[in-house]
Amino acid sequence: MTDYLWLWIVLGLLLLVGLGSALVVPRLRGRRPDDTSGPTTAAPPDDGTAADAGGDVLVEEPAAPALETPEPAAGRMVRLRDRLARSGSPLGARLLSVLSRDTLTEDDWDELEETLLLADIGTGPAEELLEALRTRVRVLGVREPDAVRELLRSELLKVVDPTLDRSLALERPVVDGVTKPAVVLVVGVNGTGKTTTVGKLARVLVAEDRSVVLGAADTFRAAAADQLQTWGARVGVETVRSEREGGDPAAVAFDAVRTGSTRGTDVVLVDTAGRLQNKAGLMDELGKISRVVTREAPLGEVLLVLDATTGQNGMQQAKVFGEVAGVTGIVLTKLDGTAKGGIVVAVQRELGVPVKLVGLGEGPDDLAPFDAEQFVDGLLG
Amino acid sequence: MFNSLSDRLTSTFKNLRGRGRLSEADIDATVREIRRALLDADVAVPVVRQFTAAVRERALGAEVSGALNPAQQVVKIVNAELVEILGGQTRSLQLAKTPPTVIMLAGLQGAGKTTLAGKLALALKEQGHTPLLVAADLQRPNAVTQLSVVAERAGVPVFAPHPGNTSDADAETIIGDPVGVSRDGVAEARAKQHDVVIVDTAGRLGVDQVLMQQAADIRAAITPDEVLFVIDAMIGQDAVTTANAFAEGVDFTGVVLSKLDGDARGGAALSVAKVTGKPIMFASTGEKLTEFEVFHPDRMASRILDMGDVLTLIEQAEKAFDADEAERMAAKVAGGEDFTLSDFLVQMQQMKKLGSMKKMLGMMPGMAQMRDQLENFDEREVDRVQALIQSMTPAERENPKIINGSRRARIARGAGQTTAAVNGLLDRFGQAQKMMRQMASGGAPAGPGGMPAMPGMPGMPGGGKKSRGKQQPKKKVKGKSGNPAKRAQQEREAMQRALGGGPRKAAPSGSAFGVGAGKESEVDPKDLELPGDLGKLLGGGR
Repeated sequence: MTDYLWLWIVLGLLLLVGLGSALVVPRLRGRRPDDTSGPTTAAPPDDGTAADAGGDVLVEEPAAPALETPEPAAGRMVRLRDRLARSGSPLGARLLSVLSRDTLTEDDWDELEETLLLADIGTGPAEELLEALRTRVRVLGVREPDAVRELLRSELLKVVDPTLDRSLALERPVVDGVTKPAVVLVVGVNGTGKTTTVGKLARVLVAEDRSVVLGAADTFRAAAADQLQTWGARVGVETVRSEREGGDPAAVAFDAVRTGSTRGTDVVLVDTAGRLQNKAGLMDELGKISRVVTREAPLGEVLLVLDATTGQNGMQQAKVFGEVAGVTGIVLTKLDGTAKGGIVVAVQRELGVPVKLVGLGEGPDDLAPFDAEQFVDGLLG
Repeated sequence: MFNSLSDRLTSTFKNLRGRGRLSEADIDATVREIRRALLDADVAVPVVRQFTAAVRERALGAEVSGALNPAQQVVKIVNAELVEILGGQTRSLQLAKTPPTVIMLAGLQGAGKTTLAGKLALALKEQGHTPLLVAADLQRPNAVTQLSVVAERAGVPVFAPHPGNTSDADAETIIGDPVGVSRDGVAEARAKQHDVVIVDTAGRLGVDQVLMQQAADIRAAITPDEVLFVIDAMIGQDAVTTANAFAEGVDFTGVVLSKLDGDARGGAALSVAKVTGKPIMFASTGEKLTEFEVFHPDRMASRILDMGDVLTLIEQAEKAFDADEAERMAAKVAGGEDFTLSDFLVQMQQMKKLGSMKKMLGMMPGMAQMRDQLENFDEREVDRVQALIQSMTPAERENPKIINGSRRARIARGAGQTTAAVNGLLDRFGQAQKMMRQMASGGAPAGPGGMPAMPGMPGMPGGGKKSRGKQQPKKKVKGKSGNPAKRAQQEREAMQRALGGGPRKAAPSGSAFGVGAGKESEVDPKDLELPGDLGKLLGGGR
């Protein structure tokens, strides 16, 4: 190792000088990353069952005097256990466990956990979901594994939230009295299917009688612009592209949006090059694209294309792309395979970015709106 | 950011200090942490189960409970087990006895097959082969064009008789005849004397019966010597299903892990290796055609466990650093000379070539405690420091002591920053310099373990108070310059081995031909020369 003395020295120096200043300089990005891996606390989760069950009860209570329907004894037990579960005190928790025996075996729980893990939901969220579920099972006194599964389903459904607005923001914005096209920027890591998604989306929009312009801002990958152009040509949509390979993607994106606004196009779809989220230079480039485009027209949507096969790294992708480009929605592609895409549950939970579209195959019209119930059934199936 | 497994285990074992033996519960907690680390790295659930069971068994054994530091011992066991699975049966590319060698690439959509085809072709070409790329991906729009472009970049011919999906054809139907194209491609190679054929097939899902059948047909038609399964390093639990489907469908002979330059921990590697028993042969680590390397099981193990990846760090550093410069620096430090700002500037610029500083620092062992700071480390900070140094005169860089108030103001103005920033830099540099001196006299940090003492805290007054001067005479100056080249050479040799044992040799049994003997002697020296050339090239180059 002494051979690498120089390397250590340089690194050490860098660390001192570089990091030191990072510490001295006020932390602009002082956002502490949420520790998803942290041990699950005994405290009831804010958005989990306990709170929600609590909500139900609270609604019940004021209604009770008006209706004067005596509740069944079981219901009272439920309420009592619920209060104990929510009390947060160790005594309450102890009492709860005495009052309600957990009739499910550890194997049942392990099986449930495995289902979640196999769907790529991740250890942290899976543990939290199950912890909430355990409390709820105790409160409700459920004994059947199937019923528990049903509870888990509703729990997941709550996280995915079917009521969320998942439509694309395609309203044409008005800037200084001029109607601009709605701009949709499509971003993601390499090989998730961005270009294909843009192509499919163009078809959907054309089918909805909207005029579309495509921007081939993927100037890096060989023949990416050709690929997009092929998609566009099929539905008679023009593709704005750079004359040469390796041109400035921001310029292409800008040209596309400008072309769209001079022609009075409804939507401009901008395809970007795949980039791994840990490449600072490429992420800066993406920041530039979004900045430059915004000068011409505000971004209506920034869609992050996530591959359903992606594992825990999907979270990191969503975080970084969200930071750089302000992701407003996720397109989950390749969902027609065996992959479940459970990582988006974690993503939506943590970042609040909903899945808006799903890619279901290689056919040109295989882009579908996201269906929360189907998705959750898929996760548990 | 997740803590590394070794940190977590350390905290698990913290309470045990002083107690002699590990209890069952301790082992349970340990196994739980390991399980979690593996799951967080996307290792498939069934594989994790088997793995933890194996580790548990070993952890219960005497080697752990008797160890002074159980956490380290457990990590060591886990690491060893991982390396064993990942690198159990490493082997090189099997070249056909009678050329052409046929290599078929298969995988999911977007795994990186087409790019890999180019990388593989380039690597083989550099080894003296004459590869031919065959465009059998007729499915994805313009995949053929992409392969042609990639082939052009690699300077390798491409066989693409069919334009592929370029028009308004419906992608749901099978386009063209990829089986025929592959067959013709191999025939073409035979006719034109290419000794390696790389067939790029369309991406397909494991559940797609039609396309899997097509892949099987291609395989049957061209009887490849190697079928490489390309898999994305960030794939999650689906890795097992996919790998099994492909193992069944095309019976791949080796695995290539792509997009390893991302920050995914790549547990899929473990899943695939364990489930299919097929070796992982190569790793694809970037978008450039040269960013392709032999798979290193040990590094992958560290990566899955999220431990610092020292070897990769060193290797990357060697690629970017100027060997002479490094030697000069090391000699300077070892010789007790002061490290100046201009040296620092040079080092920093070289460092920047390596890419993300955050990543580099993150790879340093013992950086776990500083993860939060690292997270908040602004890459542009480096640029600011550089601007400051560049605003100084050469004299100031050599001797920062002469920088007085008015000079400070000038430097700050020049760099577009405040005098406070200049002061801060000079302060920290002074401390760093002091530390360098101590390090030079107190001996280098001995490997990964030694480092943690150093980056204790920025602004700490001279890191660990090491005894001065004691080890000074021991300071090694040897081997600094030669080593990077040597290492690069070794790396290259490893690649060469992996690609099937170096440049194609003329038939060794030349004499058997009798007449051919004369010809043989002509070819021989040229062949023998090649590796030497390569070595020279590498030695001089980087």
